Amino acid sequence: MSRVIQFREAVAEAMSEEMRRDEKVYLMGEEVAEYNGAYKASKGMLDEFGPKRVIDTPISELGFAGIGVGSAMNGLRPIIEFMTFNFSLVAIDQIISNAAKMYQMSGGQFNVPIVFRGPTASAGQLGATHSQALESWYANTPGLKVVVPSNPYDAKGLLKSAIRDDDPVLVMESEQMYGDKGEVPEDEYLLELGKAHTVQEGNDVTIVSFGKIIKEAYKAAEELEKDDISCEIIDLRSVRPIDYETIVNSVKKTNRLVILEEAWPLGNISTEITAHVQQHAFDYLDAPIRRINAQDTPMAYSPVLVEAYLPNADHVIKAVKEVLYI
Amino acid sequence: MAKKKITKKVYLQWYEDMLFWRKFEDKASALYIQQKIRGFLHLYNGQEAVLAGSVFAMEENDRMITAYRNHVQPIALGVDPKKIMAELMGKVTGTSKGNGGSMHMFSKEHNFFGGHGIVGGQIPLGAGLAFADKYNETGAVTLCYMGDGAVRQGAFHETMNLAMLWNLPVVFIVENNGYAMGTSVERTANHTDIYKLGLGYEMPCEAVDGMDPTEFYPVIQEAVDRARDGKGPTLLEARTYRYKGHSMSDAQHYRTKDEVAEFQKKDPIGIVQKIIKDKKYASDEDLKEIEQRVKDKVNDCVKFGDESEFPPADQLFTTVYAQEDYPYIKTQ
Repeated sequence: MSRVIQFREAVAEAMSEEMRRDEKVYLMGEEVAEYNGAYKASKGMLDEFGPKRVIDTPISELGFAGIGVGSAMNGLRPIIEFMTFNFSLVAIDQIISNAAKMYQMSGGQFNVPIVFRGPTASAGQLGATHSQALESWYANTPGLKVVVPSNPYDAKGLLKSAIRDDDPVLVMESEQMYGDKGEVPEDEYLLELGKAHTVQEGNDVTIVSFGKIIKEAYKAAEELEKDDISCEIIDLRSVRPIDYETIVNSVKKTNRLVILEEAWPLGNISTEITAHVQQHAFDYLDAPIRRINAQDTPMAYSPVLVEAYLPNADHVIKAVKEVLYI
Repeated sequence: MAKKKITKKVYLQWYEDMLFWRKFEDKASALYIQQKIRGFLHLYNGQEAVLAGSVFAMEENDRMITAYRNHVQPIALGVDPKKIMAELMGKVTGTSKGNGGSMHMFSKEHNFFGGHGIVGGQIPLGAGLAFADKYNETGAVTLCYMGDGAVRQGAFHETMNLAMLWNLPVVFIVENNGYAMGTSVERTANHTDIYKLGLGYEMPCEAVDGMDPTEFYPVIQEAVDRARDGKGPTLLEARTYRYKGHSMSDAQHYRTKDEVAEFQKKDPIGIVQKIIKDKKYASDEDLKEIEQRVKDKVNDCVKFGDESEFPPADQLFTTVYAQEDYPYIKTQ
């Protein structure tokens, strides 16, 4: 049986189920307890688990991220919520130099079973500092795993697996998805980290995307369908590791690839996939790979500038037509 | 736990331990010049009283974490010094299998949580260890060390606040050796009483002689007891000195030879040796025997390191993730 719930409810269910299952799991972050989460993604959890396990923090990302890592070295399994990953930048030393490196630096003595989660990328007219898509920054770092769910079903299954994982995992959501609704089973399920999901099968072109921006690909595919253009859409779900096999197999079938990603264009997930596919499926490509990113600028406030900055369905349609030489 | 009596046995243990740490690092320094040890090498030389006093105050399950001046702390907690020397030499028999090197010693078995290279980065980790012990009600206390340079980092201040807010069982020990690399304390802030930083957080705080273990021990014991009794953290400023440079390539233009000589007069090993002699706890012959034992033990460490193998190259891929089949990207 499944029912339709919001993304934020899926997140809260995942955390609550795992906290019921394992008393070493706790949630810490700004406004997660008494406020029920800045975006209500931990609604009801303080009531159920109490202040020992659902912990409000002062605005001290560096401090509480580090305390989370230290507690994970000493037997706990923390979920550290950033109100947005834009604020994780003041804590990045604890993620990159400590969480990601500890197992290696200690010669395999101390693993760090921690989850850092919260929204990433833009969320409306918030200006430059609150609109950064940082997935590829973190994905660049060995020692971390990075998952980016795009719907309630994925959010719950991936987050549950992330909490059970023995390595540090970043789960990067979106303020603009917390209200999204989707079918989520009543029964427990887990989604394996590092596996992509072919959301829609198609024959003419492969579109690879992840996170909330994938919705622009769905819109584009719907429009393209009207012109009898059949798109295969792959939701990466995880950007470290990347499921190259699913991408390459799809490209071998469709012979054309468009990648849609919100991040800035220099050195990101789409460039990585482009490099991989040209090396491993060069002979199967009937057109140069096209990628669509945000503009190579900070995002600005004015609605006109937001629109000019972000990738959208029209860009996808144009790119698909280009790779099809239409 | 009331303060323990510093008995003859303790003095003799302190003497042998501190002498061993000193000689072990002197040897490491020599091996560095021979290029058997590479990278950075930050020596503890001069600061040993802080460690001797601390270990005497610790219970078996207590935790320790520090920065990158960290070769002798794990030895003090019971790690076989051969493994530390092997780690310094980049050998697979080292505590981190040669992954860590000088700045990153660890021992899960002996509750030594590193060994951290980023100044101040270990401070929230120390509070996190204590957070877990409070959560799990283990009764363990964490001793979290840092240098005087680290107190100017934001990580220090955020952690002071959170540790007090959550009443964590942790003792923060600033080993103030006077210099953040080449920058003296007075050049880093408009105040020099580092311990007073605790006042802003209403954290019990105190400055203490970090050259004399008989002075340092009772103060840290009190702080450890306070943490264990659920009364929260303490900030101690141990006023100490390092005789050697910050790392190995340090011309030390920032201080005078007279200043170094002045501190060497109150050397912790000298202080303890004087007590042993004054109280006739050991004869000159006994002390010579200890020195010989220390020398032999250091030589055994070097022999072990020399004879050990370097790690296999594929070890790069076996200790990054707990997941055994992580699919690394390979372009070589």
